[in-house]
Amino acid sequence: MAKNKKTEEPQAQAVATAKAGLFEYAPAPESPAAAGDIATSYGHFIGGEFVDSSGSEALKTVNPATEQVLAEFAHGTDEDVDRAVAAARKAFTDWSALPGSERAKYLFRIARIIQERSRELAVLESIDNGKPIRETRDVDLPLVAAHFFYYAGWADKLDFAGYGANPRPLGVAGQVIPWNFPLLMLAWKIAPALATGNTVVLKPAETTPLTALRFAEICRQAGLPKGVVNIVTGDGRTGAALTAHPDVSKVAFTGSTPVGRAIAKQLAGSRKKLSLELGGKAANIVFDDAPIDQAVEGIVNGIFFNQGHVCCAGSRLLVQESIQDELLDALKRRMDTLRVGDPLDKNTDIGAINSAAQLARITELTAAGEAEGAERWSPSCDLPGTGFWFRPTLFTGVSQAHRIAREEIFGPVLSVLTFRTPAEAVEKANNTPYGLSAGIWTEKGSRILWTASRLRAGVVWANTFNKFDPTSPFGGYKESGYGREGGRHGLEAYLDV
Amino acid sequence: MSDISLRLDVLKTYKLYVGGKFPRSESGRVYEVTDSKGQWLGNAPLGTRKDTRDAVLAARAAVKGWSGATAYNRGQVLYRVAEMLQGRREQFAAEVAAAEGVGAKKAAALVDTAIDRWVWYAGWTDKIAQIAGGANPVAGPFFNLSTPEPSGVIGVVAPQTGYGHSLLGLVEVIAPAIAAGNTVVVAAAADAPMPALSLGEVLATSDLPGGVVNIISGKTADIAPTLATHQDVNGLDLAGAIAAEGPGAAAALEAGAADTLKRVIRPALDPSTQDWTQAPGTERLLSFLETKTVWHPMGI
Repeated sequence: MAKNKKTEEPQAQAVATAKAGLFEYAPAPESPAAAGDIATSYGHFIGGEFVDSSGSEALKTVNPATEQVLAEFAHGTDEDVDRAVAAARKAFTDWSALPGSERAKYLFRIARIIQERSRELAVLESIDNGKPIRETRDVDLPLVAAHFFYYAGWADKLDFAGYGANPRPLGVAGQVIPWNFPLLMLAWKIAPALATGNTVVLKPAETTPLTALRFAEICRQAGLPKGVVNIVTGDGRTGAALTAHPDVSKVAFTGSTPVGRAIAKQLAGSRKKLSLELGGKAANIVFDDAPIDQAVEGIVNGIFFNQGHVCCAGSRLLVQESIQDELLDALKRRMDTLRVGDPLDKNTDIGAINSAAQLARITELTAAGEAEGAERWSPSCDLPGTGFWFRPTLFTGVSQAHRIAREEIFGPVLSVLTFRTPAEAVEKANNTPYGLSAGIWTEKGSRILWTASRLRAGVVWANTFNKFDPTSPFGGYKESGYGREGGRHGLEAYLDV
Repeated sequence: MSDISLRLDVLKTYKLYVGGKFPRSESGRVYEVTDSKGQWLGNAPLGTRKDTRDAVLAARAAVKGWSGATAYNRGQVLYRVAEMLQGRREQFAAEVAAAEGVGAKKAAALVDTAIDRWVWYAGWTDKIAQIAGGANPVAGPFFNLSTPEPSGVIGVVAPQTGYGHSLLGLVEVIAPAIAAGNTVVVAAAADAPMPALSLGEVLATSDLPGGVVNIISGKTADIAPTLATHQDVNGLDLAGAIAAEGPGAAAALEAGAADTLKRVIRPALDPSTQDWTQAPGTERLLSFLETKTVWHPMGI
């Protein structure tokens, strides 16, 4: 008896310890101090100077993990936008006349300073946005620097880009970016604009303005001529004033499809060049021969990366019916291990939802999913008491008509649908007005190529997901917008071709 | 009795070209077309919004086969169009002369250029992917390839003015779109639709699958907005929109296209000064192409 008990005890203990988390990581917090000094209030960056707004309205940006106000910043008025566009127009004459090799050197300088200050920027981004430090440090910042480095090299090679000899810049680019990748979207917009000889006025999102303002300091450190880059903060009203401004020659927008549609309408007949990166509802297709463990990692990366705040997120999982149970079991096991919490903890997988408004939208759509009859599942995990949080969530029994299968949720919510044949998978995957991205999981090469060629999406990841690179064009089909960012293709939006 | 000739010409009943067939308009109506001096040339079918929607359906149905055809095959079909047009050179020269009021010699030269344009685009079908796509040197162990793919169904407002617009300009808006693998619905030049309607006969005998090109004559104010706002049209070429209805109408069409985020080619600011004999670039080939980027890990 005693002997038996002894042999039983360690087993029971092992089970108990595993449940308590044998492999729990101790907290590994990054220091918020690494973000550098955050001022209590910010104005705009116009003509190379930080200036006060002409208006008195101020907005607040909060840390979504703590709900603490980080700083106040100016709501850009029409007059502020006017000033910024005028500064950019003034700078355009000299900047566009500069030899490409010189413009290149400024961009290389910016890339290098971003690398030098990447820890500071990663922490600041994490605090302002709520995304895990692991992602800002290992994904956002390296890519931001890489984008400036890549487009720097194009500045003196534009004659060879395939848009004819001596392609010309357009003028002042008005750029409006979202809150999900504040610095990366800034890089996607500013790097090709400057490389091609345009000057810019950029409006960051109203919930994440801090890193764009910090980027303004980097422009000064790099000695960038005054007015080449201008940052005007504010909400949608400021964005609308910028895109409608008569002296803006090119508008670039990344954000929701409804806003993109409104901008396209507003610009009709104006002859301003327009590029749009809009919403998505990507299908992530898992065939029956897919390696389950790899596919599960890809699915998790596809939908829970950046809290699902990704326009190309794999938000519709299409599983071949015969492996549905096996795959979902493995996926749930994996989701059980996701760590939700403090974005500044280096072990955190899922950080905070960016804002109360976004959390409300995710909550509303998931409630609609339940109301429409889909089955909801989340791992049990503790959420912090303050801040905006949402458990990684899985819906099964989803039909194509459900709102959670049609509308972009922009949160850590995965809708699972099934299919029997490859043709049905393609049919379901394409059954959306969006066409930004898609995923394919199968060990059979010919099936990858067959499927990829039939998917109406701008980026297709096969046996991987959410990979980005400055040399690789990114952008959507159908109502996910037009134009491409990245690569040689990304130059076209900023050239008169 | 002097105006009674010994032999009466057989006149042609001009018809729409939709889905590879030649329907009369759903309206059952025609409108008078005159030459540059006001002389009656013939009656053209008064195509309606319904005709336009039918044409979009036909164009959509043709997308799968045409975009899925090999580039080599598409090139040969486009070259075949040049062959067929060559065989009817004299007829088209007469129609262009009447439509645009140019002399016989100039009209023949315009037809020759139109034939050459088909040959030029025939040669593009299997090259466009190589200049518009390629391997991307990403920083990681990935195979990463960008390839262009057609946008789908393209609505076209054909050129209404400018030197050579009636046939050459028309070819310049149709050929690049279909060379890239799209299918098109064309609102023909309202005042000079004869070359366009006759081109339908050429296309029908050129191995071009039915529905790849659809040509509607009638009021631009009916046809163009239907194309611009249609949910199942992916791109819009407004080449003739300003000349047809004025800059305001062109802007309204662009605004209508925004609802479905169609890819739009805007018209030239002063289309009357446009010279369609000028060599085309690749703009119209590239405008209705999407870039698809496919990633795959590399490893053993």
